[in-house]
Amino acid sequence: LGNYFQLFFYCLFLLVYRLHGRYHEMAPNVVPMDYTKDPDVKLPMQLIINMPELKENPFKERIVASFSEDGEGSLSFNDFVDMFSVLSEMAPRELKAIYAFKIYDFNTDNFICKADLEKTLNKLTREELTDEEITLVCEKVIEEADMDGDGKLGFADFENMISKAPDFLRYSLGNQVYQQKPF
Amino acid sequence: DEKKARGERSQKRDRGKTAPNKDQKESENKEKKTMKRGKEGENKQKKDRKNSISSSSNSSDEESLSEEELAMLKEQVEQKKKLISTMRNKPWRMVKKLSVLREAQDFVEKFEGALGKGKGKKLYAYKMMMAKKWVKFKRDFENFKTQCIPWEMKIKEVESHFGSSVASYFIFLRWMYGVNLVLFGLIFGLVIIPEVLMGMPYGSLPRKTVPRAEQATAMDFSVLWDFEGYIKYSALFYGYYNNQRTIGWLKYRLPMAYFMVGISVFGYSLMVVIRSMARNANESTADGDDDNFIFSWKMFTSWDYLIGNPETADNKFASITTSFKESIVDEQESNKDENIHLRRFLRVLANVLIICCLCGSGYLIYFVVKRSQTFSKMQNVGWYERNEVEIVMSLLGMFCPPLFETIAALENYHPRIGLKWQLGRIFALFLGNLYTFLLALMDDVNEKLAEEDVVKNITHWTLLGHHNSSAGNDSTVTPRPLDPADVPRGPCWETTVGIEFVRLTVSDILVTYITILVGDFIRACFVRFVNYCWCWDLEAGFPSYAEFDISGNVLGLVFNQGMIWMGSFYAPGLVGINVLRLLTSMYFQCWAVMSSNVPHERVFKASKSNNFYMGLVLLILFLSLLPVAYTIMSLPPSFDCGPFSGKKRMYDVIQETIELDFPLFVAKIFSYVANPGLIIPAILLMVLTIYYLNAVSKAYQRANAELKKKMQMQREEEKNKRNNKANTNPMLQDLEDLLTPSTKTESPPKQAEDKKMESPNGTSPVGKPGRGEVLPGSPMANSRGAAFTSPSQVFVTQPRTLGIRAPYPGQPRPWGHPLRPVPGRGRGQPCYPRAAR
Repeated sequence: LGNYFQLFFYCLFLLVYRLHGRYHEMAPNVVPMDYTKDPDVKLPMQLIINMPELKENPFKERIVASFSEDGEGSLSFNDFVDMFSVLSEMAPRELKAIYAFKIYDFNTDNFICKADLEKTLNKLTREELTDEEITLVCEKVIEEADMDGDGKLGFADFENMISKAPDFLRYSLGNQVYQQKPF
Repeated sequence: DEKKARGERSQKRDRGKTAPNKDQKESENKEKKTMKRGKEGENKQKKDRKNSISSSSNSSDEESLSEEELAMLKEQVEQKKKLISTMRNKPWRMVKKLSVLREAQDFVEKFEGALGKGKGKKLYAYKMMMAKKWVKFKRDFENFKTQCIPWEMKIKEVESHFGSSVASYFIFLRWMYGVNLVLFGLIFGLVIIPEVLMGMPYGSLPRKTVPRAEQATAMDFSVLWDFEGYIKYSALFYGYYNNQRTIGWLKYRLPMAYFMVGISVFGYSLMVVIRSMARNANESTADGDDDNFIFSWKMFTSWDYLIGNPETADNKFASITTSFKESIVDEQESNKDENIHLRRFLRVLANVLIICCLCGSGYLIYFVVKRSQTFSKMQNVGWYERNEVEIVMSLLGMFCPPLFETIAALENYHPRIGLKWQLGRIFALFLGNLYTFLLALMDDVNEKLAEEDVVKNITHWTLLGHHNSSAGNDSTVTPRPLDPADVPRGPCWETTVGIEFVRLTVSDILVTYITILVGDFIRACFVRFVNYCWCWDLEAGFPSYAEFDISGNVLGLVFNQGMIWMGSFYAPGLVGINVLRLLTSMYFQCWAVMSSNVPHERVFKASKSNNFYMGLVLLILFLSLLPVAYTIMSLPPSFDCGPFSGKKRMYDVIQETIELDFPLFVAKIFSYVANPGLIIPAILLMVLTIYYLNAVSKAYQRANAELKKKMQMQREEEKNKRNNKANTNPMLQDLEDLLTPSTKTESPPKQAEDKKMESPNGTSPVGKPGRGEVLPGSPMANSRGAAFTSPSQVFVTQPRTLGIRAPYPGQPRPWGHPLRPVPGRGRGQPCYPRAAR
């Protein structure tokens, strides 16, 4: 378990245990309680995006997909803990930026192009903006953040822009996996 | 079961054995898997390199280690250790991380012991073990600390439902609770406990006993509720304390302790507030680049990942949509100058109106207080005249805040900034409240002081008379002492002051709780249940559910704390009452918020409000320090109650302690230090230091801006180089255009038209490069050069895919359009970003 501590930001042994509890209760028939043999168990995306922490998030599918190894959204337990670790408050900004880039890159071509931006915007506003407004916003974003002039955001552009954002680090999944706390 | 397995694994690690077979096999399996699935080529390379290192060191293990090999090995071990500690920062897949980690750990374990060979091996191994244990201990301690933060879950729950601005109030409340707890510990431990344990018990001294006249009613609840009776003559108030220089077998100097604790309460609070402000200032990353990425930040950072509740999520979606729409509208009309002027005019107007209101209310309060002073001299005063001051205050407190809010609608600020203005204004209003209260108190105190002289004489004569009468028959027998309850008492103004503060605090607590109960809970119940049989929809229409009033609550908390600071010197028990109040308030308000409030319509982020709250607290701290300092310095203490009775001034206790308790040279040192000739130069020196530090910090800021500009220009240079543009000079480019034929006539037109349309918006030409400067003045002159070249670059970079190299000749370039340093000026929301910081 010491390994887990060095790899994750949730430094509580108890918390990893609870994470396992949550993972297990999503699919009790499939997930074993005993992880000593390192079973190869994966939970499909549908189960995970119904977790209360993620349910209301418009990007839940993308979040789960970017942490899954097969790219389709099935998470093994390691991936599951990884996800919570990166999303926790204690993860450093650079790491979060890397994963944020992956999340917003809908077509996974390692660039955030205009189509990705449009999809992001639609998810954020639940498609309440008109088409001209959408185009305007996407163009503004590319204009603001695109440093190398290729019409889409590479990771360097994204990181440069996000590193200056005051609010980026604040909104992350906190320790909501705690279930019973004394207070 | 799984727990045990994990525990076993960690135990094995700690014992420092070489990796058990099972793990080795696992890591081998994982290696195979990750080999197949290797993410980036370079990572694979890294691993291969590590494998080769480990294999080579394996071979060298058998041979005796020479010096260089030792050093090299040590370096490798260090590398591995560094890798282990930075492992969590790497964005690799979990499986990969696990395998690499295990491998690195094995390597380190294997060779750590070996390195010690031949050179104090045992000591080295021991040191290693201790270091590991220490790391583990620190880790456990950190775990423990995180788990100990009280109410973390509650606050997170509130945050997910109501957003972070409401949660910031609760975090502030929790911080306040912590400060009060420490103050309580100080006062309780150093003043109350010694007096209770080692001082004279109740009933032994006149000051500690209820006077005979009051004894009949001393236990009545109504009397106790007013903090008279037995409570008045207890350790909760100043008057109980004896002025004995030392008490008990420990020779504890109580008066000195009382005085020093009083001062350190303020000192500690000041230190904590300033430290908190400094920490907040460090964390804020406002570096002048605020306007560059408005839309990008809105797109990527506006979603609050903490939201777990559908209703709040709906609100959030709506607020995000609205905010985008607002920014779009602002973007489209950012060139209209009239907007700025109109807005400025409206804001000035609103401020003027509000200042008029404040002055009016200030004068009204002053007038009413004056009247009440004349009333108190008159004989038959009706109920209205007696309570006029309180009535006027309550009316003002009820009607002015909503009035301020309606006037503030003129100003059209972002709600976060509007909140701050609202807070500031209500604060100014409540200062009037404070002023009347203090004035009334001072009148009372002066009265009591005048009374004191009279009572002093009476007491003196009574005692004398008593001695004479009791020793009348037999002059050799020592006279029977007068029963303490019978001794005539002085008015003891300090205890009165303490009682006033305690009463105020208690009534404040009650009013707050009842307001929450009625205003929020009963209202919610009413709306919920009566809605079925009411004509119009109560939930959407008139009363509906209450929103959590952040400004009112924050101000209430801050003012309450001010009262505590003012009163704690005269009523040591007050801080204890406050601790209880904050504790119950936390649970009560959390419950009230969750059960009867709805999230705000515009769910806004509270990114940096915390420093604003701290600023308010600091202000109140100074304001509450002043009356206490004044009374300590200039009013004589009562002659028969309190730890300073009998002295001319309260601070004489310091003088006394220095003379009697410290060796002689200390007194001399203090007398030198207290010399005005020394103090005034010291103050001058401090002022000069502040000035110097201020100048230095300004210079750093300027240097910072220059560096940023340089980086910006460098980036542009690189961009040019990357795009293979040799020259950035507009003149040369125009020349080029003339020379090169119009091969690019077909496709460019549309693109150029778009650019033309966009540029009048005022942002794209000056877009990236010129925006580094927010400071007007000197950087502007330099940036003109940079800004002039930038438009061409923008035109160059954006339609890059079409290979356009220069702006379309003959196009009306936006030179005439004013190159503002901060093009975002015209927009509404980000207009005053610095106010929010």
